[in-house]
Amino acid sequence: MSGSKMVVQALIDQGVDTVFGYPGGAVLPIYDEIFQQNSIKHFLVRHEQGAVHAAEAYARSTGKPGVVLVTSGPGATNAVTGLTDALMDSIPVVVLTGQVPTFMIGSDAFQEADTVGITRPCTKHNWLVKDTDALAHTLHSAFHVASSGRPGPVLVDIPKDVQFANGTYEGPAKMKSHYQPKLKGDLEAITALVAAMEVAQKPIFYTGGGVINSGPIASQLLRELVAATNFPITSTLMGLGSYPGNGDNWLGMLGMHGLYEANMAMHDCDLMINIGARFDDRITGRLDAFSPGSTKAHIDIDASSINKVIHVDIPILGDVAHVLEDILKVWKARGRKTNSKALKTWWGEIDDWRKIRCLDYATDSKVIKPQYALERLEALTKDHDRYITTEVGQHQMWAAQYMTFNDPNRWMTSGGLGTMGYGVPASIGAQVAHPGSLVINVAGEASWLMNMQEMGTAMQYGLPVKQFILNNERLGMVRQWQELLHGERYSQSWSESLPDFVKLAEAFGAKGILCSDPADLDEAIMEMLAYDGPVIFDCLVEKHENCFPMIPSGKAHNEMLLGDAAIKGAIDASGSVLV
Amino acid sequence: MNALNITKGTSSKSAYNLRSGHADLNERHTLAVLVANEPGVLARVIGLFSGRGYNIESLTVAEVDHQGHTSRITIVTSGTPQIIEQIKAQLGRIIPVYDVHDLTVEGPSVERELSLFKVSGKGEKRVEALRLADVFRANVVDSTLDSFTFEVVGSPEKIDAFAELVRPLGLSEMARTGVAALSRG
Ligand SMILES: Cc1ncc(C[n+]2csc(CCOP(=O)(O)OP(=O)(O)O)c2C)c(N)n1
Ligand SMILES: [Mg+2]
Repeated sequence: MSGSKMVVQALIDQGVDTVFGYPGGAVLPIYDEIFQQNSIKHFLVRHEQGAVHAAEAYARSTGKPGVVLVTSGPGATNAVTGLTDALMDSIPVVVLTGQVPTFMIGSDAFQEADTVGITRPCTKHNWLVKDTDALAHTLHSAFHVASSGRPGPVLVDIPKDVQFANGTYEGPAKMKSHYQPKLKGDLEAITALVAAMEVAQKPIFYTGGGVINSGPIASQLLRELVAATNFPITSTLMGLGSYPGNGDNWLGMLGMHGLYEANMAMHDCDLMINIGARFDDRITGRLDAFSPGSTKAHIDIDASSINKVIHVDIPILGDVAHVLEDILKVWKARGRKTNSKALKTWWGEIDDWRKIRCLDYATDSKVIKPQYALERLEALTKDHDRYITTEVGQHQMWAAQYMTFNDPNRWMTSGGLGTMGYGVPASIGAQVAHPGSLVINVAGEASWLMNMQEMGTAMQYGLPVKQFILNNERLGMVRQWQELLHGERYSQSWSESLPDFVKLAEAFGAKGILCSDPADLDEAIMEMLAYDGPVIFDCLVEKHENCFPMIPSGKAHNEMLLGDAAIKGAIDASGSVLV
Repeated sequence: MNALNITKGTSSKSAYNLRSGHADLNERHTLAVLVANEPGVLARVIGLFSGRGYNIESLTVAEVDHQGHTSRITIVTSGTPQIIEQIKAQLGRIIPVYDVHDLTVEGPSVERELSLFKVSGKGEKRVEALRLADVFRANVVDSTLDSFTFEVVGSPEKIDAFAELVRPLGLSEMARTGVAALSRG
């Protein structure tokens, strides 16, 4: 079998039916094979970065690895941002790149790049295949590595002569790998955690993307555990939806722009149970003031995440679903105990924090407040079978705060890398995976422009993605930091010379909607939802709104800013060096 | 407060905090990393150290099992206990890494390094160099009328000591292999 045929066969054998890609000289034999088959549908993006983000959202919303096919040189380098994004957020993506023929490697051939060298630090693993006989095994290994353990992006670089040459194909069953991450947690540690849970007076579950990566069963077990113990629960940006946003024990998102009650509960708790999160700096705030009085447990499948920045007392290495199952078993076997009297007091404290109503904002009858826009979007779409993607900036944080995610795999956002330009291609990937569902990209105008070429992809494949742009004519999040940190000197944070988004939509053949009056908003959103095709919704919002609550850089969880009145001198010199 | 023995609930639990507050607690560890002998594996290991800002004091690598395609990388590194734990965990994440052993904590081990010294000089200095070589059980592997090349094998400290002593005697060049190490028994 030829190498290029093997590529297609391996994808089929891995259960792949969708590939995002872009052709070029070094992958022509593979594209020729794609032309001659019907099992795999190829989606032609407009930029390779878009292919990777689309594949990420495909993966995030289905639980299956996303697959990308691009050419050598610029095709591969364009994929680097997507790979880094997927690495930071632990998203399983398999990227196949073409390479110049083996006998030309190292000669600075046309469109030659050291792809495995360039992508080594931004993939979980990568391979350069020099022999067609090794190709099938490598491809199957790539899928295994991408989706086992802590998931992540992998890349297989395939020189053109390897694609043309004949070799022996082997199926996935023959794949051998010493890479077999441990799924079950240590029972002794689990028992120690359960014992701590039984007596804890102020416990909290702090959950992250790992719950979602562990699969729907993990979310189900988490819900069972929360209901059984009546502990409060918060989540990182990446973990939204693993516990329902309308659930009784939900405190809302935590972290830099997290809810007051969530951050205060994290600060004051006496038992913190981290499930599949990684103590990221957006979460912890000032490290030496991070939850000073608590015993900390950490469930993670990646040993390097444990004790990386925060010392934990009860480390549990394993897969979230497996560990949660054992926690429930042990907890039940030991008599289903919690310190219910103390818990009642704890909930009382939490309810007092809730009374602050940290998400309240000054409403306006003339100008659309971005928070209001999202509240209305939420109200009018919450009963839909809905997937939300975002770009990066204030709008992203507002979407996390004002929209409700009741199920896992419904929320696609760039967390770790914070990649502007993620949302448009991600909405395409999610829509490809869920053709009949409502897919909305909550965007900022600046981010949206970064990968807007992908509207062409949406048009070509009839993907009715809704681009909901909160247009503040500002790099809003940058502007907010300049206001707080740099004496209101707004250096380069204006979005100048913006296109007319309605005409732009029409130029693509999509529908454009402009809305600037709060009174028209509901009707305009309904018009967007009613339209059977891609929509670009230009929602003109208040230009100077800041995103609150906010833990300023270098501050602790209990030093949150709740509104504009508090921002003067909020960040000191040591905080201003932080990102 | 001991970095390894924090009393629960009395301190912040930030490992960063422990790092900066106890810079004096830097420890030197010798790690044996067994890896698949495949292209790029050394780049992965070195890239990890440079990318995450860890120290490499010495690094040696060679295939040790031809049939099993296994190489052994011996790395001498230093850092606080937390950093050392991170380094081991990060090494363990690299897919072609089979096993990571911390020889410094896993019981007694032996460490050896090979070094070559070219000492140029005449007269009394030349004689003195030979005498030193004898004390250090160095081999003369090359000699000319005005230079000797010595081979010294031993612990890194022994090689450091030899270097100190022959420097004033006309040390003109030296080469060291870095440490190879095995656990005892
Ligand atoms: C690729 C990239 N470049 C720069 C940044 C830094 N950055 C973070 S938010 C932001 C502004 C985003 O503006 P917009 O998309 O309009 O969103 P808003 O904050 O106004 O809602 C910038 C420039 C980034 N996150 N990603
Ligand atoms: Mg904006």
